[in-house]
Amino acid sequence: MSRQVTVDVRHLTRVEGHGNILVRIKDGKLEEARWDVVETPRFFEVMFKGKDFRSVPLLAARICGICSISHCLTSLAATENAFQLVIPKTAAKVRLLAKHGETLQSHLLHLFFLAMPDFLGVPSVLPLLETNPKAVEIAIRLKGLANRLCEVTAGRTTHPVSLRVGGVTVMPCSDELLDLRGELEHSLDDLAATVDLVKSFELPEFVRETEFVSLKAEDGYPFFGDRVISTDGVECDAANYLEVANEYVDANNTSKWTHLSRGSYVVGALARFNNNHEFLHPEATRVAREMNLEPVCHNPFMCNVAQLVECIHCTHEAMDLIDELIATQPGELTAPVEPKSGQGVGAVEAPRGILFHDYEYNHEGRIVRANCVVPTTQNNANIHRDLSSLVTYFVKQGISDEALELKCSMLVRSYDPCISCSVH
Amino acid sequence: MKYLGIESQRPKIGVFDFTGCEGCQLQLANKEETLAAFLSCIDVVCFREISSASGEGFTIALVEGAISREDEVERIRWIREQAEVLVALGSCACFGGVNRLKNDFDLDEANREVYGDQPKPTLPVRAINEVVPVDLEIPGCPVSKAEVERVVQHLIWEVPFRFPAYPVCLECKQRYTVCVFEMGELCLGPITRAGCDAPCPAAGLGCWGCRGPAQETNFEEFLSVARERGFSEDEIVDRLAFFGGFRGIA
Repeated sequence: MSRQVTVDVRHLTRVEGHGNILVRIKDGKLEEARWDVVETPRFFEVMFKGKDFRSVPLLAARICGICSISHCLTSLAATENAFQLVIPKTAAKVRLLAKHGETLQSHLLHLFFLAMPDFLGVPSVLPLLETNPKAVEIAIRLKGLANRLCEVTAGRTTHPVSLRVGGVTVMPCSDELLDLRGELEHSLDDLAATVDLVKSFELPEFVRETEFVSLKAEDGYPFFGDRVISTDGVECDAANYLEVANEYVDANNTSKWTHLSRGSYVVGALARFNNNHEFLHPEATRVAREMNLEPVCHNPFMCNVAQLVECIHCTHEAMDLIDELIATQPGELTAPVEPKSGQGVGAVEAPRGILFHDYEYNHEGRIVRANCVVPTTQNNANIHRDLSSLVTYFVKQGISDEALELKCSMLVRSYDPCISCSVH
Repeated sequence: MKYLGIESQRPKIGVFDFTGCEGCQLQLANKEETLAAFLSCIDVVCFREISSASGEGFTIALVEGAISREDEVERIRWIREQAEVLVALGSCACFGGVNRLKNDFDLDEANREVYGDQPKPTLPVRAINEVVPVDLEIPGCPVSKAEVERVVQHLIWEVPFRFPAYPVCLECKQRYTVCVFEMGELCLGPITRAGCDAPCPAAGLGCWGCRGPAQETNFEEFLSVARERGFSEDEIVDRLAFFGGFRGIA
């Protein structure tokens, strides 16, 4: 069959940032399938130079509007490692609670606002206000709660204000925490309804084997950590992140690409699940089984399910954290900060995967050199490689041109790419 | 949406993004308690981050981000031609935002440092109003959704709207925040335009001036007080430059 197909999506919609899909099939043969990030670079690594350690976490947050709390926390960890600081226990708990707020907010935004319209055959969540108001109401309630959790623990949902070098500045008041505790418990019903909703989605059964990289669980499902692991058997200190990412520049992309044991690797909810599933909350594990998510899962579309599983985990862990915070004396919230010359690496599991910030400071506490390796940067090469396999797989099944374009778009969206972040 | 039995005009709104973090657009999908009501009074014809509908014919363009590449110059000119009202959303669109810090460096060297021998096209960062005329500017990093809602109500129903003329200081007093300047933090609250409800000082952080100058600020007096309290020239200059709102003054 001499089939000619061109899929040319310029500026894919319902993703954060600007990226293009190009697929060309000539005489029935796949000529090329590309995922190219064309976002304008901002040169954050250069802008960090000369900045005072107090400005650094604020600047870091501005790398991303969706995962600003993760960028801020990773930045703080890098600076605190450079200054050889240990933050107080209460501060670590408040930070983890803020982290859970962000993970929930980001995953829910993706599941309901960015991914769901594809499965319900609409261009966006907006028509669903009329046709499926119940789903939208659930989305709004869950996302609103996640944002309030961020507000209470980080001072603001986007670009946090109470997270600073040495700890946190504010201990959330117990009334607010108790209110949140109650709402989180109630939200489990909405999450159960979301599980039913996502079960009704027809996730494509596409599989391409790859490598999954995440932080290693040490005392629980990992959001902060010092060790990195992969499904190909790599294990190393997060401080050696350069040997994990092996970043390189691609001619067609403003985002760099990365590779580890094979041509590309994946980070994010599915990677965390594949590497650390035994550390999930039992309720999250039960839902994973119910939704046929089993490690090691190589279907990129199952990232949607892994995100939902993590929402359930984070909700339960957030309730436990609130109980602990209320039951103990807060004590100190910040450690004394003495700027020192030296280098520090911070590693955090941002919603879309492992995030590294690496800073070198001078004795005045100003940055001399900075480097950031961002989750979506690490996923872009893998998305690109998935595309060829996906197109070949579906063309063999005789898919229509229009459906092929949708499948390609859905593939990219399933990675929940944070594109401006990946270019930074 | 009907009001007194009459179908009200839902203005066609397009949301567009340039160099930035897309955090201001995200605010449009936040403030969940009024989200459904907000969406019911506007007709979103173009909003790439959340919708695949690519309708044209928008009358109001909400534009986020700064301009830092040739294709962005062309795109913002096209948006300007289409829109009756162009609103710059957030500090990047209004002032260049943190992106503007890039302009302190040699761009060829910056490119080499990040991309080695494969440099990518880039231009010095400009605010939207340095490229095309802007009708209304809503500063903030990120913007306050409450303020965006008020501006949109103003554009649709002519509900009165004014930016506060006074500085952030007053909002700290209104919410009983202990003055962080008095506690030894450098704070731009005395000279920065209010309207954000002062979340930063409430968290013990000084104001970083993301909304640019208030009206009739006593800039000289602020500088002399800041110096008197022992803040170095470097600290003060760095702070004023952070979001780009004080350029031309500092």
